[in-house]
This record gives sequence, C-alpha cells and structure tokens, in this order.
Amino acid sequence: MNIQLPRADVAERTLAIVGEFKGLEGPLLPILHDIQDEFGYVPEECLPVIARELNLSRAEVYGVVTFYHDFREHPAGRHVLKLCRAEACQSMGGDRLAERAKALLGIDFHETTPDGAVTLEPVYCLGLCSCSPSAMLDGEVRGRVDDAELEALVAEARR
Amino acid sequence: MTVKIYIPRDAAALALGAERVATAMAEEIAARGLDAVVVRNGSRGMHWLEPLVEVETAEGRIGYGPVKASDVASLLDAGLLSGGAHPLSLGKTEEIPFLKQQTRLTFARCGVIDPLSLDDYRAHGGLRGLEKAVAMQPAAIVAEVTESGLRGRGGAGFPTGIKWKTVLDAAGARKYIVCNADEGDSGTFADRMIMEGDPFVLIEGMAIAGVATGSTKGYVYTRSEYPHAIAVMTEAIEIARAAGVLGTSVLGSAHSFDMEVRTGAGAYVCGEETSLLNSLEGKRGIVRAKPPLPAHKGLFDCPTVINNVISLASVPTILDKGAAYYRDFGMGRSRGTIPIQIAGNVKHSGLYETAFGLTLGEIVDEIGGGTASGRPVKAVQVGGPLGAYFPRALFDTPFDYEAFAAKDGLIGHAGIVIFDDTADMLKQARFAMEFCAVESCGKCTPCRIGSTRGVEVADKIAAGIEPEKNRELLADLCNTMKFGSLCALGGFTPYPVMSAMTHFPEDFEPAPVREAAE
Repeated sequence: MNIQLPRADVAERTLAIVGEFKGLEGPLLPILHDIQDEFGYVPEECLPVIARELNLSRAEVYGVVTFYHDFREHPAGRHVLKLCRAEACQSMGGDRLAERAKALLGIDFHETTPDGAVTLEPVYCLGLCSCSPSAMLDGEVRGRVDDAELEALVAEARR
Repeated sequence: MTVKIYIPRDAAALALGAERVATAMAEEIAARGLDAVVVRNGSRGMHWLEPLVEVETAEGRIGYGPVKASDVASLLDAGLLSGGAHPLSLGKTEEIPFLKQQTRLTFARCGVIDPLSLDDYRAHGGLRGLEKAVAMQPAAIVAEVTESGLRGRGGAGFPTGIKWKTVLDAAGARKYIVCNADEGDSGTFADRMIMEGDPFVLIEGMAIAGVATGSTKGYVYTRSEYPHAIAVMTEAIEIARAAGVLGTSVLGSAHSFDMEVRTGAGAYVCGEETSLLNSLEGKRGIVRAKPPLPAHKGLFDCPTVINNVISLASVPTILDKGAAYYRDFGMGRSRGTIPIQIAGNVKHSGLYETAFGLTLGEIVDEIGGGTASGRPVKAVQVGGPLGAYFPRALFDTPFDYEAFAAKDGLIGHAGIVIFDDTADMLKQARFAMEFCAVESCGKCTPCRIGSTRGVEVADKIAAGIEPEKNRELLADLCNTMKFGSLCALGGFTPYPVMSAMTHFPEDFEPAPVREAAE
C-alpha cells in the first residue's frame, strides 16, 4: 500500500477521488477514507488539491485530517495489528497482552517495526467485548486472544 | 429437501473462527455430495457458544457449539443434517435457557434469518410496521411512538416520540434522519449485531422515522472499527432500494426516503450527537453547544432526528404490534425491552434482550453465570467508559434509567463489563481520565484540561504523594468536569472515577498501606 508515488501522480489521483465524491453532502470524510485506502496514508500533497476542489482552506482540511485517529500522515507498515485497549479487554488481561505484543515486536504503540512489516496500534473497542481480549489484523478480527494466538498473529503479520 | 445449515457471519463469531468453520462445512458438503446449503446468519447473541452452528430439522433448529473447523467432519459423521447427537450438541437452540428466557422484540430475527434476504425478513414479520406507517398520518405515527414510551437507547433516555414531534413540527424544506451507529462504548455491541444480523429492521425503522417527520434522507453514521457492519448495511440498503422499500416511492406510497452509510474515523466523541453531525458534514468532530437542538437545527442546519440504532430498530415492532404491546413491558418510566450486553470477565457473555427491571445481580450472577476466570466479581461497569463501577453491594439495583441514576450511575447503551477481584480500581479510574484526555474534542476546558490533570492526580495517589489531599482534589476536579463540560464525555467521565473512589476506597490508599493490608 505504501508505495511512494511521484507528487504529480498523487495530485492527479487525488483529483480523481475528489471528483468521485464531490457530489455527496459532506464529502470530506469519504474522500479522506478513499485517499488513505489508495495511498495507505494521507499524503500532504493531497491537502491543497482537496482544499481547492471543496472550496475550503488548507488549514480546515489539515484540521480534519489531524482530528481523527484513523488518518495517518505517514505510511504504515505492510500490516497493521490493532489491539483493543478498552475496559472489557482490560478485564480479560488486555494490558498484559499489549505488553507481550510490544515485546514480541520490539516496538511501542503507534510504531512500525524497522523492517516495515508491522505497525502496532491501540484501538478503543472493536465491539468484540463478549470475546475479550480482541485484536484486528488488517481488518480481520480475532477474539479471546491468548499468548499462543498473539504469537501466531505476530508471526502472520511479520511474513 | 435441501437442508439449511446456519453459520453466523457476525463479527464476534468470525473473531472466533466462524469463517473457517463455514469454509470447512461447504467443502465437506461438496465432497460428500450432501443435499445441504450453508446460510450465513447473524448471531443469536450467545457468544460463549460461538461459532454456533445450527441445522434446520423438522423439530426445529438444533444447535452445536462452540464449533471448530476440525469438528466439521465429526459433526457430519454424527448425522448433523438430521440433528444427530454429538458432544457439541446443545439441543434445540430456542430451548437454551439463556435464549428462552429472553423477550426478543428488537432482536427477534437476529441470528434467525439470512440478514441479506428481504424475503426472509418479510417471512419473519418484517415490513409490517412500515406498511402500516405509510397508510397513517405522520402525527399518528409520532403519537404511536410517543405512547410506546420508547426512550433513546443510546444512553440519554430521551423520549423518542417527543424528539420526532419536534422535527415534525419544525419548518424546513429538507429534514434528515440520522442514525447514530457510532457505538464506541466498551462492552457494547448491540448496534453492531443488528447491523450485521438484521439490517432491514434498521432500514425499516429509519424509513418509518422519515415518513413520520417528513424527512427524505437518512444517514447511518457508523465506525471504521466495524467493517463487517458497514458491508452488510451497505448491501442491505442497495437491496431495499431495488425492492422499492427505499426510494422515491416507499413501498409504493407517496413518501420518498433514501439513505446511505457513512463511516467515522476513529473518534469516540463522534458518538455525541452534535459532534457526529459535524463529522457527517465533513468537519472536525467538535461538540456543538445546545441550543439550538438538532431537532431544530441539525445536519446542515436542517431539522434532524438523531436516534441510536436500537431506538430506530425498535420502532417497526411498535408500529406493527401497537404502542400498548411495547409499553406493557418494563418498569417505571423505562418501558419496553433493552438489549443488555454482557461482556468482559464473564462466563456467559453475549446479548440478552429483556424487559427493564432485572437486578444487576440477576444479570451478572444468574444470566452471566459469574466470571470467566472463576474468581469473585469485584466490580461491574455499566454503560461504557462513562458509566459507573458498581460493587456487589449495589447488585440489587434494578435495570432502569431512574434506578441507576439514583445510585449515581447510568445504564447508557446497556453494556455491562464485569471485573474479577484482580482489578485495580485506581487504575480503572486513571484509565477513565486518560481515555477522556485522548478522546476529548478540545472544545471545552473542563474536559480538555481536566482529564489530563485527572491522570496526574491519579498518578500522585498511586505514588503515595499526599494521598488524602489528592483524593479531595480528584473529587473536586470531577465536580468541575461534571458540571462544567459541554457534553457527556467530560461530563460523565467523573462517573467511573467517583464510583471507583467511593465504592473501592481501599484501592485509593497509598501503595505502602495497601501492601501492608494484603
């Protein structure tokens, strides 16, 4: 996902995405989601294009990008491992599991392994509170994650 | 006749391996040349039994669970297709006490039908509410909802009918129905289950709301953490549109109503209604000061009904069976049913829809069966990260809006999270403040600054620095946040903090004292 495209290509692709969603009411979030799907993050070069097309200031667009936890300003690793950090998962040993994940990967939350394989992220609730602790690897959900399951997840992500 | 085998597509079931089970089942059916088909249903809500495989027999549906992919061959060997005996057999699904004792109105079809089959939906009583609604006067629909006593299931408990009436009476060429599906509270998954297991009931509820208030456009604002719900909901809307349930002529009537799904971007505060509206408009999810109410000036400054998923999904039953039918369930001013979500450290986790009025103790000990770890229950957080922690001493509290408020708590979106005796309540209180600091939209000072100061004060208490003075300071800070914040994020964060401090004072003693006491 995190292929570095030349600036002109980013601008061109952004223009196409904006064009696709411009007709919606309140199109900015759908546009940003699509841009992140496309590039793996929201490249800075997109912002002036979006601002111009939606008749917003760059500051307004930047403000929205930075407000929401989902939007990245830098590319993530090839895989994203999200661990639920909310109360239900805490009640089932989520904190300990998070420490274990950090140790296995050698990184902290919001960091990417040096080989670019895995980004570790906290998430506040996957809605899988009845099978805590839970995790999500690239959109695939896992429940009742124990040490063995976590090791398998990390191994899968490292590939 | 082709035998139907049900394997859920609900995210909780998928998280426990349902996809692998479904794949293995399909392969075995093909390899053995059996006359059977796999139907991907929603979840019945008995999550400790997921993946729950069901087979339709002449006697009814027989359940097996929890099933692993490696169990599939032995299940078929044991005569799964005719409900044969197997160590994983649970007998008739409907007879499992956890399910049998429920009153399923809103979740009547969830886990029963194929969520994307409109025929299945109709065959199980779907669309009757909307059919009645399109033949009624808007004011009569609103009156029916008001008389049912339905209150907002998102947590605020505001009467749904009153909200609708305000929008109906508001002048405006364009009005909106916004469904708040930004279910961010830990311990809650009812909205997700409806969207994944019975999306048409939400579509029907929103269409009724549209007809009742003269709104022609609806939005379901949900979470990016819910990819499965987004996919099912989006597909269901397309199916409903193609079938004429949505569109310029709702069920062939003169009413027009259409809707779409919008995805949030990982901001908890967007579950607050005014913040959600800003987010839908493409802005930062900053809370708006009220008034004006969203019912007068909501989305794009137009009159807007904004209701929780469960509120809207409860409406079709009310229209179909009448206000009195719904109102006759419940207690006090809490009418109808509530889907209680039992989560965390609990043996029988899942969703339990019942009339208001069960005590917290009945829910935790009898229905939930105590902790999964087998250790004693220490605390139960009711209503998500902004809800109070209840000790065993308050287990006689009935599940009712007013009864919980009287005990300095709230039922919120009806999620309950159970903790065993290893929980450290000072740590939980600190987490509540930390969460508020991470998720604060930043508009008001008590929330933005208070939460950060709260974390620091909690750390001082943990470190044994002037504990008595800092406990007083924490209480004072909570008071400021409670009364000075613009919305429930800053305003309700004091609930978990103060309840932890009030009910578990031993956890707020300085570390050396706590160690000496052990």
